[in-house]
Amino acid sequence: MAKEIHATIPEGDLKDKWSNYKAHAKLVSPNNRKKLEVIVVGTGLAGASAAASLAEMGYKIKSFCFQDSPRRAHSVAAQGGVNAMKNYQNDGDSVYRMFYDTLKGGDFRSREANTYRLAECSASLIDQAVAQGVPFGREYSGYLKNRSFGGVQVSRTFYARGQTGQQLLLGAYQALMRQKEQGNVQLYTRHEMLDLVIIDGKAKGIIARNLDTGEIERHGAHAVILATGGFGKIYYLSTLAMGCNASAIWRAYKKGALMANPSWTQVHPTSLPQSGPYQSKLTLMSESLRNDGRIWVPKSKEEQRLPGEIPEEERDYYLERKYPSFGNLAPRDIASRAAKEQIDAGKGVGALKNAVYLDFSDAIKEYGQELIAERYGNLFTMYQKITGIDAYKEPMKISPSAHFSMGGLWVDYDLMTSIPGLFAIGEANFSDHGANRLGANSLLQACVDGYYIAPYTLQNYLADQIQVKKTDVNHPAFTEAEEKVQKQLHHFINQKGTKTAEEFHRELGKILYDKCGLSRSEDGLKIAISQIQNLREDFKTNLLVPGDVEDINSELEKAGRVSDYLELSELMCIDALNRNESCGAHFREEFQTEDGEAKRDDKDFAYSAAWEWSGEVSSPILNKEVLKFEFVQPTQRSYK
Amino acid sequence: MNSFSLLSEAINNRIVMKIHLKIWRQKNQNTKGQLETYTLDDVDAEMSFLEMLDMLNLKLAKQGERPVEFDHDCREGICGQCGVMINGIAHGPLKNTTTCQLHMRSFKDGDTIFVEPFKAKAFPVIRDLKVNRSALDEIIAAGGYISVSTGQAPEANSILVSHEEAESAFDSAACIGCGACVATCKNASAALFTSSKISQLAKLPQGKKESNKRTVDMVNRMEDLGFGHCTNTEACQVECPQDISVLNIAQMNYEYNKAKLVK
Amino acid sequence: MALTGLFLCFFLIIHLLGNFQLLLPPEEAQLQYNLYSDFLSNNLVVKIISYVLYASILVHTLDAIYLSIKAKKAKGSSYVKDKRNRASKWYSRQMMLLGTIVFAFLVIHFKDFWFPYKFGDLSSDINGNKDLYTLVIVSFQKLWYVILYAVAILALGFHLLHGFFSAIRSIGLYNPTYNRIVKSVGVVFAVAITLGYFVIPLYIYLNA
Repeated sequence: MAKEIHATIPEGDLKDKWSNYKAHAKLVSPNNRKKLEVIVVGTGLAGASAAASLAEMGYKIKSFCFQDSPRRAHSVAAQGGVNAMKNYQNDGDSVYRMFYDTLKGGDFRSREANTYRLAECSASLIDQAVAQGVPFGREYSGYLKNRSFGGVQVSRTFYARGQTGQQLLLGAYQALMRQKEQGNVQLYTRHEMLDLVIIDGKAKGIIARNLDTGEIERHGAHAVILATGGFGKIYYLSTLAMGCNASAIWRAYKKGALMANPSWTQVHPTSLPQSGPYQSKLTLMSESLRNDGRIWVPKSKEEQRLPGEIPEEERDYYLERKYPSFGNLAPRDIASRAAKEQIDAGKGVGALKNAVYLDFSDAIKEYGQELIAERYGNLFTMYQKITGIDAYKEPMKISPSAHFSMGGLWVDYDLMTSIPGLFAIGEANFSDHGANRLGANSLLQACVDGYYIAPYTLQNYLADQIQVKKTDVNHPAFTEAEEKVQKQLHHFINQKGTKTAEEFHRELGKILYDKCGLSRSEDGLKIAISQIQNLREDFKTNLLVPGDVEDINSELEKAGRVSDYLELSELMCIDALNRNESCGAHFREEFQTEDGEAKRDDKDFAYSAAWEWSGEVSSPILNKEVLKFEFVQPTQRSYK
Repeated sequence: MNSFSLLSEAINNRIVMKIHLKIWRQKNQNTKGQLETYTLDDVDAEMSFLEMLDMLNLKLAKQGERPVEFDHDCREGICGQCGVMINGIAHGPLKNTTTCQLHMRSFKDGDTIFVEPFKAKAFPVIRDLKVNRSALDEIIAAGGYISVSTGQAPEANSILVSHEEAESAFDSAACIGCGACVATCKNASAALFTSSKISQLAKLPQGKKESNKRTVDMVNRMEDLGFGHCTNTEACQVECPQDISVLNIAQMNYEYNKAKLVK
Repeated sequence: MALTGLFLCFFLIIHLLGNFQLLLPPEEAQLQYNLYSDFLSNNLVVKIISYVLYASILVHTLDAIYLSIKAKKAKGSSYVKDKRNRASKWYSRQMMLLGTIVFAFLVIHFKDFWFPYKFGDLSSDINGNKDLYTLVIVSFQKLWYVILYAVAILALGFHLLHGFFSAIRSIGLYNPTYNRIVKSVGVVFAVAITLGYFVIPLYIYLNA
């Protein structure tokens, strides 16, 4: 029988909850702060902003990332923009509307209070980013510009050309480097967290591997923040960076942190299609392209002509046809599924028939090539670099690709996991997006978690730790964790099998795309589980990792990540199998409406599934956080 | 299912090339490196350059040899982590392209490709093609920011930034910190990298206030870290994946001279 | 580097204008040129400027040596395959070489004209001024000397082609439009100086 868990949501009306929290949260006096150490793993938008903010307050921060510089974390790749409720366009926006859009976009599977707080804090983020020097797009008058994005009917997206993530991340990175210069942050680049250390039930440190030397290190602190991003890379082909991984959160899960809704992965509708079997990743094309691009496929399966030669009446603008009010700006889950439907029906385009057209010819006719180039120039250039095709002349070919993890470590209203002292922020947690994330809300969540929430909630926790001495890294818990890590690394090296980690990863990716991707079924998921189990068995004996443990060894890094993926993937399937409904990105074939839309079951599944490690990968324990809708009545989501 | 049969059809239709590689292998900073020769018979023209290296590494691993260590992460040209000298050119033959966005269709069947790490005293080799570029972070730490605390800030539209200022600041801010400018410069100068940040912030009203201090601190740090001097050969912009303009360097010089004069 | 370089550019213009007197009809040229030389060596302001000039040459040279050493230190080991040249003009990379040629020429130039004029035993013209004119005319009647001169001027020309705009950059002119103008002005300046300095020996040689 599943246990029920609660999220410690503050009392009061929806719009007062966060103010109430802040008014009553405990504080640490400035002279005590320097005695308290916090480990922040990850230097993306969430990690860098939290580390910088806490360091500015006076805490001693140890910041870790596996990249060679904090500026390279994958937030850097976000293109389209960041949402914020400023209502500069005077088009009817409000905090409530933004909250409602996000909740609805997530198919009513997120926590009201968290989602509202996200919208509430969004305006300050823009103020702050501007103060940091983020060069957002501007009108000629000097005022900030907005664009519209999928799933909403107002323009609330701020952007810096097609590199908004980069610019926001550089802002956070620079704030972080400023604190490093002042001695409040110790930076550990090219370090990977391999285990969480718990002493007396509280998170007290991590075991990390120096990726340049292979040395295993112990780091203690009064609290640990995981800001390690999403795990879409588990699908092998994804829009994520090669190094993105689930290891930190997975190892925290195995130490007792709950993992919520792990199967909810957003498949992004506008990425570039796979072009061959050697491919290592798929490149995302910003969703903002859908503002001016029209998506279509030929009406006939046998179509052989070039796109420009196909007359209007033989094209199917299927998004405009099926969802007239949102059209090409339908939310991502819907746009992706609609594309899959067309591709599965044999109407896909391109050599592999695995793509749909995204056509700018009408927009170019209407606004001129110059304006289109100003809006999306870098995306068109990027498209040409990768495919060799000029998208001003012929339509882009796009295809759905694994992108964002709505699921992640379960956290309460404080963004603390079920382990006291262990916090999870940004994409690493599960909190704000429900079963589908709206475009441009990811940068927002990462920033809000790091700049605006963690500084309060961490302090609330740390206030009780003032008397606690510096963590002793010679504690048996550290020794035990380090030994376990060492044992695993040596096990990888010593197998001397025949398959590299990457080969295992590719196989796993295929299984997940087929059976736990855009659409899922009970039979498929059951098959997937047994396939994953077999693959995992093979991985235990047949892995090939050249090189040594005590040395730089990128193959060994991969092995660790794939090892975790092989376990997490099963949990994803179990989670998808457990949820006998369709919601957002989770589409179970058995549960659909007559016209093929997701069919939610609010009576039985209005909860977040928070899975608990039982000691066995295949038999996790289900905890339920029931989603109480006090202020909003969930409705059937419609974008028609 | 359909897509898998098409995939194999595509495999039959693809252009396959034989490529000879001469790759720099170096155990660590303290040992000498040398070029090793490898041959791949089965390189697809549509592969990216890094996928070709993946292919080599898979082959090496299966032969029980150490794979080639190289830096990479996002593989879409924005994180700045990849970067090697390809046939003596930073990021290879295409202009304004990162190594990860270079595809094998830029080479011919039978080509020999030299692959070496970025070389500069301030970029010590970690192993093979991997170098330590933390010196660039140090330059930013010296002052590459607006000294504003996180959290609260004045209403965003209270600071007006003209369209031209914002666009121009963005052009400077687009730097990805890959270090190709340093590797390309005959003086191993980091002037383009450093100036792009100085210039971005100096162009914005909110960044102007501390420009003098920022510029002097960053330029001094760049010198202390052992980078060379800019002699305006302009090679950096040509090989920069983001086409960062050398005029940023001129602006850095302006800000620096101004700071020194007002002192 | 930039400031001394620009001062030297300024000097090149003045020096060239003065030397154009050599192109006058021979008798007139002799008297005019010798008078001019006498004026230069006795005027206090010109004297001060000439000391600034000597200092500029020295500082410019020492700075160049310092920067080369710094660049050498900053560079890592060399590339086995090095095609970095494609991204820049050869003369922008070879400023040290070009500068060395110019410097070597300067030494010869000083030895042949400046030293005899200042400390040597030159005969006087009818106005009683030292007859530098004849020394110059005689020197440039030797073909090998004209060729030596031409090589040096060519080196100077390329040195200026990069040096002029580079100096303005280093001072900090960053406006794109003005930069385009400066670049064009730099080219015109380099070509004009090269041709100007080239025409004089050629004229003397051909008229001999």
